[in-house]
Amino acid sequence: MIQLQDVSKWYGDFQVLDTCSTAVSKGEVVVVCGPSGSGKSTLIKCVNGLEPFQKGDITVDDVSVGDKATDLPKLRSRIGMVFQNFELFPHITVAENIKLAQLKVLNRNEAEAGQKAMQLLERVELADQADKFPAQLSGGQQQRVAIARALAMDPIAMLFDEPTSALDPEMINEVLDVMVELASDGMTMMVVTHEMGFARRVANRVIFMDEGRIEEDCSKDEFFDSQRGDRAQTFLSKILHH
Amino acid sequence: MFNNFDGKVVLDNLHFLIEGMQTTLLLTVVAIIGGLLLGTLLALARLSPFKTLSFVAGTYVNFFRSMPLILVIFWFYFLVPHILGRPVGGFYSVLVAFVLFEAAYYCEIMRAGIQSVRQGQIYAGQALGLTYQQNMRYVVLPQAFRNMIPILMTQAIILFQDTSLVYVVGIKDFLVSADLVANRENRILEMFTTVAIVYFVICLSGSLFIRRLQEKFNL
Ligand SMILES: Nc1ncnc2c1ncn2[C@@H]1O[C@H](COP(=O)(O)OP(=O)(O)OP(=O)(O)O)[C@@H](O)[C@H]1O
Ligand SMILES: [Mg+2]
Repeated sequence: MIQLQDVSKWYGDFQVLDTCSTAVSKGEVVVVCGPSGSGKSTLIKCVNGLEPFQKGDITVDDVSVGDKATDLPKLRSRIGMVFQNFELFPHITVAENIKLAQLKVLNRNEAEAGQKAMQLLERVELADQADKFPAQLSGGQQQRVAIARALAMDPIAMLFDEPTSALDPEMINEVLDVMVELASDGMTMMVVTHEMGFARRVANRVIFMDEGRIEEDCSKDEFFDSQRGDRAQTFLSKILHH
Repeated sequence: MFNNFDGKVVLDNLHFLIEGMQTTLLLTVVAIIGGLLLGTLLALARLSPFKTLSFVAGTYVNFFRSMPLILVIFWFYFLVPHILGRPVGGFYSVLVAFVLFEAAYYCEIMRAGIQSVRQGQIYAGQALGLTYQQNMRYVVLPQAFRNMIPILMTQAIILFQDTSLVYVVGIKDFLVSADLVANRENRILEMFTTVAIVYFVICLSGSLFIRRLQEKFNL
């Protein structure tokens, strides 16, 4: 489903990504972790072309992200993305947030889009908040709306960039629960997170990044149990004893 | 001089003065709307990735911002009929001058407004599949506009005051009307005091309104 082949990216002289290769197959859940500044967000933003990269190639559903001829908006509309800071549109209501791209990108009609929005709001247990503005919701609620907004596009895969790290601890689980459910429904997911509990429960594979390189790319069991590279071990022990 | 202050002259010429005020307000409103529309387009051009477009818009803005308004008014008063090859009336020439001049200022306000929208919002719109234009229209500009409301309104108050400069080409706005009455009836003190009070009250109410808006919406 998602293939990365020797992806490298520079900001000026600074290399953020160094020949990163990996693949996420259909229905797979891959967790990406690593220390701050290791390039996790950059990597995941390259997958749907939010960030350009200079070398290598990424394909999603056999469409090349780096190819100039690719219709990026169209490709992006098929990949859901959830951000650390929710990024709901503050000037429109929750329901309108979920409808906007359905109406403008997928050209669904108002009734279809509204119905889809309500159905998804029910799924994340926020049907009663449809007419509120994002600022009136708690962080956990906002993030669940953001997930619903992404799902409204019927994506073939979902990207998450630290979806719970801006949340108060008591709200983390309500968001993780939605993600776990999504994973068990067979959604293809690439998730940047330090929630190792989540990784243990639903990940198929774990990628560990450091200084722009993919240092580890292995099955969940291997990652948590076997011999690992030093940095991965040190890092893991840090977050596990957190 | 204050002994025979006679407010009756204002009432006697009320109709004439109101007509002047209508001209002032019409100029202000059209210049705001036209300037804002053109200014927003200029801001989009300035921020666009196309170098030529952004250069042209930048030159336009810098040009008008380094001209005194009064010069621009004069210039268009003579230029517009010349370009069109027929007289269009001073009012329309001046209107064009105001719209083009204000657009340069509104451009800079809207540009700052667009840049005040967080990068994450732009990513979010893009990630949903919105094109550049759709993202601007539905995500960025509404927020930019909202963030800029206080400054846009302050600019509108300044514009309201600046419209009085049309006296140089003899258009009968509020100030010129009052001046005519003052000279005709020889009631200079009464008329200019009235003009000052009217401008003061309108601008002060405008400022207070902006402040309340800011408090209410946390702008
Ligand atoms: N626009 C930019 N210009 C220059 N350098 C950047 C830019 N964006 C990110 N970087 C740098 O690239 C590196 C990787 O950033 P990235 O955000 O991908 O890290 P991360 O692994 O997601 O970290 P975190 O856990 O803090 O979110 C960092 O060193 C960062 O300073
Ligand atoms: Mg990050």
